[in-house]
Amino acid sequence: MSKLNLKVNGKKYEVDVDPGTPVLWVLRDHLNLVGTKYGCGVGSCGACTIHLNGRALKSCQLPVSAVGVQEITTIEGLSEQGEHPVQKAWLELDVAQCGYCQTGQIMAAASLLKAKPNPTDEDIDTYMTGNLCRCGTYVRIKSAIKKAAKSTTK
Amino acid sequence: MEKSTNQYSRRSFLKVSSLSGGGLMIGFSWLTNLIPNEALAGPEMAENWVELNGFIQITADNQIKIFCPNPEFGTNVMTSLPMMVAEELEVDWSKVIVEQGNYDTPRFKSQFTGGSQAMRMAWNPLRTAGATAREMLKQAAANEWNVSINEVVASKGTITHKASNRLTTYGAVATAASKLPKPAKVDLKKTTEFSLIGTAQKNVVGKQIVSGNSLFTMDYKYPGMLIAMIIHPPAFGLKLKSFDAKDALQMPGIKDVFEFQVYKDGYQRAGFDTRAFNNLVAVVGNSTWEVMNAKKKVNVEWEPIQETKEMVASFRGSKEEIIPAGLESTEAHMKEMHAMQQKQGKVLRKDGDPEAAFAKAKKVLEKTYSAPFLSHNPMEPISCFAHITDQKAFFVAPIQIPEMMKQNIMKNLDLPAEKIEMKLARMGGGFGRRAYGHYIIEAGHISKKVKAPVKLIYTREDDMTNGVYRPTYMVTYKAAIDANNNVTAMHIKGGGIPEGAVHENRFPAGAFENYLAEGWEIPSNITIGAFRAPGSNFIASAEQSFLDELAETIGKDPIEYRIELLKKAKANPVGKFNDYDADRYMGVLELVKEKSNWNKTNNKNARRGVAAYFCHNSYAAHVIDVTMKNGQPVIDSVVSAMDCGFVVNPEGAKNMVEGAVVDGIGNALFGGMRFEKGVPEQKNINQYRIIRHREAPKKIDVYFVKNSIDPTGLGEPPFPPVFAALANALYKATGKRLYNQPFINELTKS
Repeated sequence: MSKLNLKVNGKKYEVDVDPGTPVLWVLRDHLNLVGTKYGCGVGSCGACTIHLNGRALKSCQLPVSAVGVQEITTIEGLSEQGEHPVQKAWLELDVAQCGYCQTGQIMAAASLLKAKPNPTDEDIDTYMTGNLCRCGTYVRIKSAIKKAAKSTTK
Repeated sequence: MEKSTNQYSRRSFLKVSSLSGGGLMIGFSWLTNLIPNEALAGPEMAENWVELNGFIQITADNQIKIFCPNPEFGTNVMTSLPMMVAEELEVDWSKVIVEQGNYDTPRFKSQFTGGSQAMRMAWNPLRTAGATAREMLKQAAANEWNVSINEVVASKGTITHKASNRLTTYGAVATAASKLPKPAKVDLKKTTEFSLIGTAQKNVVGKQIVSGNSLFTMDYKYPGMLIAMIIHPPAFGLKLKSFDAKDALQMPGIKDVFEFQVYKDGYQRAGFDTRAFNNLVAVVGNSTWEVMNAKKKVNVEWEPIQETKEMVASFRGSKEEIIPAGLESTEAHMKEMHAMQQKQGKVLRKDGDPEAAFAKAKKVLEKTYSAPFLSHNPMEPISCFAHITDQKAFFVAPIQIPEMMKQNIMKNLDLPAEKIEMKLARMGGGFGRRAYGHYIIEAGHISKKVKAPVKLIYTREDDMTNGVYRPTYMVTYKAAIDANNNVTAMHIKGGGIPEGAVHENRFPAGAFENYLAEGWEIPSNITIGAFRAPGSNFIASAEQSFLDELAETIGKDPIEYRIELLKKAKANPVGKFNDYDADRYMGVLELVKEKSNWNKTNNKNARRGVAAYFCHNSYAAHVIDVTMKNGQPVIDSVVSAMDCGFVVNPEGAKNMVEGAVVDGIGNALFGGMRFEKGVPEQKNINQYRIIRHREAPKKIDVYFVKNSIDPTGLGEPPFPPVFAALANALYKATGKRLYNQPFINELTKS
C-alpha cells in the first residue's frame, strides 16, 4: 500500500492503495465516484473512459501510480449539473437505453469535440470505436455528437 | 485535502442525495431508492405520502408519485408504464415523480420484464389504477363540497366544481380519498381521448444517466460493505474438487475464502433457476482490486461431473433435463447436429402429403442454416448486493423476474418470505441474462457466511464464461417446386443443443397444402437461457433467408411472394393452429415496401434485402441496404416497419427498434461463443466481437402501423428479422448466400 495524491475533478485527494490499482477502482471504491463504469477490465469496452489532462483514456488500464500530477476528470466533474453540451445533446435526443455505457460514451465524445469541434462521420466512427454500447444506441450517439458540435461552434 | 476511505457513512449518503436532489424530484427519488433504509431513517428525510393504491402516492402539498412495478433494463418501462397511470390519473406529467417499485409482487401483481410482455400486461391494470385513484379523489372532493361526483372535473392534479367556482388539489383531498371504497368499475379512455399516451416523452432518468449518478447494482454502497467474487469451473463438464487458499488469504484486504453450494441437493428447480455451476469458491475482501488479485492466487482442483437427470418445472409443465458428462467442443457439436439432420426427427406437424409432393417435384430447393451459442454480454457484468441478518434479508438486485425469485430465495437461503426485502436496481442491460437470478442466491450465501453486507461482482470473464447462453442451432428448409414454378410442399427439420427452435405453427405454415415440420434436441452440459427473442432469433433468420432464396428460384419479388403466401393463408388457411394474423403480417410488409421505395429501387443492382417476422405479439419488417467496402459490409440504411398496436411512447419505441436493428446486425455478423473441451474460448470483450460504432447502420428509419389495438412489446419482435434482412442484402451485394452465423466468417472466406 502507498499514499498517493490525486487531483480529481479539481479536488485534491489522498488515497492509500496498492500502487498498481487501476484508476477505475480508485475512483469507484475509494473516492465514491461511480459514474465511471467497469465493463471489461481489458480496455476493450470504454465504459471506464475518463479524461487525463483533458484527453479521453480508459481508466481500467491506468495504474494509479502512473497518474502523478496529471489531472483526472470524471463524468461527475464534466459539468456542475449535467449541462455540458454533450450531456445536453444526449438528453435532447434521449440517447440512453440501459445507460450503463453512456457516461463513457459522453466522456469520449467530449474529448473528441475538444480535439475536433466539427467532426465528420468518419472522425466519430474512428474516435468512438473503443466505446461499446450493447443496447445499440450508436445512431443516436452520432446524432448527439453532431448536435453538441453545432451547439458549441455556432 | 480530503481523506478518502472505502467506508461509506450515513452522512455521506445524505450529502450525495441533497446535492443532486434540488429541483430534480424524479432523479432524487431514484437515487434514494438505492440508499439503504438505515441512511434514510432520519427525520430530515421524512416523507408524508398518502397511498391511494399500490401505484400512486400523493402528499398534502400535491406532489404525485407513480411507481413503476417492472424492473428496468433499458426498454424504458420506467417512463412508459407510469405514463399509463398518469394518463388516467389526470396529472401534469412534467411534475410526476417516478419511482422504481421494490420487490413486492402482491402489491404490484406482476413484476416481470421479459418476453416483451411489460406493455401488454400493464396496459389495463395500470390505466385502471390511475382511473380508480382519480375517481376516489373526485369523490372525496365532491363529498367535501356536498355535490355529486358527476359535477366535478379532474385535471392536472386539481379538481374543480364549475357551478360554485371551487377548486382543490389532489393533495388536499388525498387522505380523505384514501379512506373511500374503491369504485367497482371505472371507464377507461378511448385512444382518441389520450393526451399523454401516444406522445413522445423522454426517459425519466435520462438526467441521472448522463450525470453518472449511482443507479446500478455495481454502484451500490453500504456501510461496512465487503466485495465478493466467485471462482467457477473453467469448463462445462467440470466441478469443484478442492481448493487451497493459503496464498490468497495472505493478500492485503482479504477477509475470507470458502466453498459454498448455490442450490441445495434435491431443490426442485423452476425454469428461471438455471445456473451453470452449483459449487463455487467465494473470495471476500475490502475492495474490488484486492479481491480480483487474491482470486488469482487461489489454487483450485476440478474434476469431471457425472451425468445427472433432473425434473425442471417450466411454463409448459415439468420436463426432464439430462445433463451429460463430458467436455464438449464446437466442432463436435456441428458434426452431431449434421448427423441429426440425416435422421428422422420428431414430427411436430404434418399437413397433406408432403412425401408425395416431394416425390413428384420437378425441382427441390434445400438449404441448411446454423448458428452458434451466443453470450448476452450486458454492459454491466453480473452483480448483486446482499445483507442478511437475523432480522432481515436485504438485497439490491438487477433482476428481470423478481416475481419468480421468491421460492428460490426462501428454499436455498432458508429465509421466510416476510424477511425478504429486495430493491430492484436499474440493470445495465439484460437481453434475457438477468432472468436467471442464481447470483442473488450466491450473494445471499456469501453474506450469511461472512455475516456482513456484501456486493458480489462477476468480472467480465466470470460473466462471459458462466453459461446461460443462447443455444446453438441447425435447421434445413426444403421446398418442392413443380414444372410451373409453384411450390407444392414445404419441409422444415431442425433442432439445437440443448434445445431446438422449430415453431411448427408459425408462418409459412398455413400457406402450403403439403407441409412437414420435424424437431430434435441434443442434451448438453452447457447451460442455456432466454436471449432476446428466445426461440425466434435463429429460426427467423433461417426461414426468412430461405423464403428469399425460394422467391428468387421461382422468379418472384421477395415481398410480393411473402404477401402472396399470406393472402393464401388468410383466404384458405391450411391447418387450425396457425400462429399469426396474416393481415397484420401483410401490414408491416406493405409499410416497409412503401417507406423503403421498394418498387422504385428494387432492380438488379440494388444491394438490399428484406425480412419480416412475428413473435412476442408484435410484427416487424426491415429493409436493409448494404455496400461492400474493402471486403467489409457497410450498412447504408435500414427501414423498419412495426406493428405493436397503439404506440405508448413513440420516441422510446423508435429507440428500441433502432437498438434491436443494431443488435441484430452485430450478432448476425459477429456473435458467437465457441467451445474447446468444455472451455468457452471467448472470455472477454477483446475475444468476443460485439458491434461497434463504425459497423452500425448510418441511418435507421422506423415506422409504425397506426392502429388502436392494445399495445404489445418491442424489446424482442424487431430483433429476429434483422438477421435475414442483412443476409438477403449481403447476397445482393456479394452474390453469396450466407447460411452459417456469424456471417463475417462466410463473407470473408474466398
